Amino acid sequence: MATEKNLKHDELIHIGPEMAVAEADVLPVETGRFVHGTSLWGDAWRRLLKNKLAVFGLVVVVIVTISSIVGPTLIKRVFGFTPDYIPSHDPRLTQSFPPFTGPGGEFSWAHPMGTDNAGRDQLARVLQGGQISLFVGILSTFVSLLIGVSYGAIAGYVGGRVDNVMMRVVDVLYSLPYVIVVIVLLSMFRSQTPRGQLILLFIAIGSVSWLTMARIVRGQVLSLKNQEFVLAARATGVSNTRIIFRHLVPNTLGPLIVYATLTIPQIMLTEAFLSFLGFGVQAPLASWGSLASDGIQNIAIFPWQLIFPGVTMALTLFSLNFLGDGLRDALDPQMRRV
Amino acid sequence: MTSNGNLLEVKNLSTYFETDDGIVKAVDDISFQLKRGETLGIVGESGSGKSVTNLSIIRLVPNPPGKIVSGQVFFNGSDLLLLSNEAVRKIRGRRIAMIFQDPMTSLNPFMKISRQLMEMTELHLGHNRAQARAHAIRMLETVGIPDAEARADSYPHEFSGGMRQRVMIAMALSCEPELLIADEPTTALDVTIQAQILELIKKLKRKTGTSVILITHDLGVVAGMTDHVIVMYAGKIFERAPTTELFSRPGNPYTKGLLRSVPDPTAEQGKLYQIPGLPPDVANLKPGCPFAERCDHTQDICRREFPPFVQLNADHYSLCHFAREVYSESGGTPV
Amino acid sequence: MLRFIVRRLLVTIPTILVVISITWVLIRLAPGNFYSGEKPLPAAVEKIIREKYGLDKPWYQQYGKTMWSIVRHLDFGTSLRYQGQSVNTIIKRSLPVSATVGLLAYLLALIVGITVGSIAALKQNSKWDYGSMALAMIGISVPNFVLGPILVLVFSLGLYWLPPSRWGGFPSRNLILPVVTLSAIYMAYIARLTRAGMLEVLRSDYIRTARAKGLSERDVVIRHALRGGLMPVISYTGPALAFLLTGTIVVERIFALPGLGNYFIQASLSRDEPLIIGIVAFIAITLLLMNLLVDIAYAYLDPRVRYQ
Repeated sequence: MATEKNLKHDELIHIGPEMAVAEADVLPVETGRFVHGTSLWGDAWRRLLKNKLAVFGLVVVVIVTISSIVGPTLIKRVFGFTPDYIPSHDPRLTQSFPPFTGPGGEFSWAHPMGTDNAGRDQLARVLQGGQISLFVGILSTFVSLLIGVSYGAIAGYVGGRVDNVMMRVVDVLYSLPYVIVVIVLLSMFRSQTPRGQLILLFIAIGSVSWLTMARIVRGQVLSLKNQEFVLAARATGVSNTRIIFRHLVPNTLGPLIVYATLTIPQIMLTEAFLSFLGFGVQAPLASWGSLASDGIQNIAIFPWQLIFPGVTMALTLFSLNFLGDGLRDALDPQMRRV
Repeated sequence: MTSNGNLLEVKNLSTYFETDDGIVKAVDDISFQLKRGETLGIVGESGSGKSVTNLSIIRLVPNPPGKIVSGQVFFNGSDLLLLSNEAVRKIRGRRIAMIFQDPMTSLNPFMKISRQLMEMTELHLGHNRAQARAHAIRMLETVGIPDAEARADSYPHEFSGGMRQRVMIAMALSCEPELLIADEPTTALDVTIQAQILELIKKLKRKTGTSVILITHDLGVVAGMTDHVIVMYAGKIFERAPTTELFSRPGNPYTKGLLRSVPDPTAEQGKLYQIPGLPPDVANLKPGCPFAERCDHTQDICRREFPPFVQLNADHYSLCHFAREVYSESGGTPV
Repeated sequence: MLRFIVRRLLVTIPTILVVISITWVLIRLAPGNFYSGEKPLPAAVEKIIREKYGLDKPWYQQYGKTMWSIVRHLDFGTSLRYQGQSVNTIIKRSLPVSATVGLLAYLLALIVGITVGSIAALKQNSKWDYGSMALAMIGISVPNFVLGPILVLVFSLGLYWLPPSRWGGFPSRNLILPVVTLSAIYMAYIARLTRAGMLEVLRSDYIRTARAKGLSERDVVIRHALRGGLMPVISYTGPALAFLLTGTIVVERIFALPGLGNYFIQASLSRDEPLIIGIVAFIAITLLLMNLLVDIAYAYLDPRVRYQ
C-alpha cells in the first residue's frame, strides 16, 4: 500500500503500444513486468516483425537495394547493354521504345522498361539511378548523423551558455533558406566530372540535414545526463568525451535510428529534386531525379520515360517511410506518432 | 420501478479490457448500493478496479479497449446501462458528477476557468452568458477561491494544486448533482491541502445533501469521511461494511492487512508493516482466491476454490473462506 | 511579448546580412564568370565589360558598394541577364505568381489535411483511418516532380480538362494543377500530424473531464480537443513554409510559371549576381518574418507559454 505514492504516472505500465495511456490506474498493473518505454532490441525486433506494413517496407527496400547493386551487372551479362550504351550502330534502335517492345513493334524481353530517346535501356538506367540515389541518401544521412550527433551531444552535455549559443545557431540556420544557398553553391561550383559533382552533392545535402539530428540528440542527452549512470561514470573519473560518446550516445540510439531511417527518404527527395533542376547528378550518370527530368520532356509521347523512374522512386520512398514508422513503433511505443 | 431508498444500485457489474496479453477483468461481478445522502468509500490498491467501477457507472470506459460486459446500474430506479448515449449525456454532469485525481491535467489548459464552469450550466441548466457567469463566480466563492470575480478569467496553470481541485469541485457541483463521484481527489495534493479539500467536500455535502462516492487508497481518508466502505481487490469486492464496523471489526484478511499497514504515529519505532507480495496479474488470474498468495490465513481450499461472499452481519459482507473466523478474531459475532 | 519580438527582429537583420554576404562570396569565389561563354572573349572586350560592371575594382570596394546600396536603399541593382530591368522590378513582378501558388497550396493543404486527420483520429482504427493514412503515406512518398507530370498526363493530355501549363493570372484554371501538385505532400503530412495530435489530446485527462460533464462528442472535439490537437500543425508551419519554397521552384519549372523560383534558377544558371542576391535576400527575409509570426501565434494560442 505504501507503494502507490512512489510510482509516478509515466513510470507505470506500458502493456502494449495502444496501452500507453495517461491514466495509469484505469488499467490494472502487471505484476512484476514493468516494461519501460525503451525496450531491448530483441523485443523491438519482434514488435517490428508483427507490423505487416513495416515488414513490407523492409522487403521492398531490400529488393530495391539488391537490384540496384547487382542489376546493371546482370543486365550487362544477359542482354549486353550498360546504362549508357547507345546502339549507335543501328539508327533504327536509337529511339524510344515502349516497354517490352522491339524495333518492329513486336514483343521483346530486351527492354522491360522501354528505352530513352537515344536507345538506352531504361531498366538499366533506373537501376543505376537507384544505385546513385540510395548511395547519396545513405551516405549523406551518415554524414549528417556524424555532424549532428557530435554537435547535439556536446551541446546537450555541456549545457549552460555553450548549449544556448549552439542551439541558437541551429535555430537560425533552421529558419534560413538553406536549400536556396545550396542551389547557389551547386550552380557556382559545377564540377567538371560527374564524380566531382557527386561529392559536391554530398557536402551540400549533408550540411542541410544535420540540424534536426542535432536537436534530437541534444534533447535526449539533456534528459539522460542527469541519470545515475552518468553520475557513476563521472564519480569514477571517466573523462567527459568518453562519457559523451561511450555512454550517452549509445542510449540515444533508439530515436536516432528511427530518425535516420526517416531522413534517408528526405535526403533522397532533396537529391532528386536538385538533380531534377539540373544541379545534381550530371549525365552520363543518372539518378532518379535526373531521369525524371529527362522524362518530362517527352511526357506526351513517351510517358514511360517518366513513369518508370517516378514510380520506382515513389515505391522506394514509400517503403522507407513505412519502415521508419514501424521502427519507431517498435523501438518506443510512447513516441509521438507522425 | 422502485428504488427502495437507494440512490444507486450496482448489480453484478463486469467490465473487461482487451489487451495484447489477454482479457483483463478490471471489474468482475460486483454489487453494491448507495443510499441517498450517504458517503460510500471505495478502497483498494492501484489496479483493484476502483476507478474502472466508477467510470463504468457513468459509462466513460474507454472503448476500445474496455467494455462493460454485464450488469445493471440502477440510478433512481432506471438502469443507466440501458439508456441511449444521449440520455446518459444528460445525466452526466447534471445528476451525476465526477471529479478526478489530478486537477492539473483534468482541467483544459487552453480554456479560462470561467468558461469551463459556465459550460456546465449553459448546457444543463439553460443559463445564458450572464447567468452562467454569475453562477460560476458564486460557485467559486463557495469553494473558497479568494477574489473569485477577478480570478474567474484566469487559466488553470495560474492556480495552485489545491485551488485547482477546488475549481474542479465547483465545476462538478455547479448543477447540484444528486451524486458526486470523487476519484482520489486528494492523492495528488499535499497533506495539508488534502485535509482542506476533504473538509470542503464534507461541508458541501451537508449543504446540498449530495450523495458521495469517494475512491481512495488511503484508509485515513475513509475513516473520516464515509458512512460505508467497500474494499476492492483484483476487480472484486472483498469486503463491504459500515465504516466504523469495518475499522473496528474487519472480517477479511486483506482488510486486516490494509489496516495494519497504516503507520501508527503513536506506536513504538519498529518495522512498517506491508502486505507481502504484489497485486496479481489480472489478465492471468489463477483459480481460487486472488489474495491467496499474500494472505497469512491461506489454506489449501483458498488456492483451489473461489471464496464465497459471506454475510457476517446485517450490513457486513466478506469474500473469504474463513470470513466468520476472521470476524470473530476481530471481536465480532457473526450471525 | 514585445521584448521577444524586438529581440528576434534584432537578430534577424544581421542574419540576413550574413546570408547575403555568404551568397556574394560564393558567387565571387566560383570559377568563371557571367559574361564568358564557350570561347574566351578577346582581352579588349573583356576589359571593357569588366570596367562597365565595376569588376576591375578591388573586391572589398565591390562588396562595400553592393552592401551599401542594399542596406541604404534596398536597391539590389540591375539584372545582368535581363538587360535593363532592375532586380526589384523583377521581384515585384514575379512575387505575386509564387505567392499565389504557394499560399493557395498551403491553404488547401491545411483544409484537407486537418479535416482528414481529425476524422481519422476520431474514427481510429476504422476503414477511414487506415485508408486515409495509407493515402497520406503515398502522398508523402511521391515527389512533386513525379506527381505534377502525371497529373498533367491524366488531366490535360488525357482528359483535356485542365491546361497543362502557363500562368493564367488569378483566378484561372491554370492554377489548379500547380496548386494541387504543390500541396499534395503537405496535405499528407498535415493529415498525419493532425491525427497524431488529436489522438494524443483525445487521450488526455481534460477530455475525459469534458465528457464527464455531459458534453456531446461534437462539443468535446470542437471546443476542447481541437485547440490542443492542432498545436503540432501550427508549429509545423515554420518548416512547412521553407519546404514550400523549394517545392514552388520545382512546380514553377514543371508548369512554366513566371515566378520567383523560375527566375532564381535562371539567374543561378547564368550567374546573374544581382538577381541571385536579390532573390536570396528576399526569401531569407520572408522566411524569418514568417517564422517570427508563427512563434508569436504559437505563444498566443498556448496560454501556458503566454504568461511566462
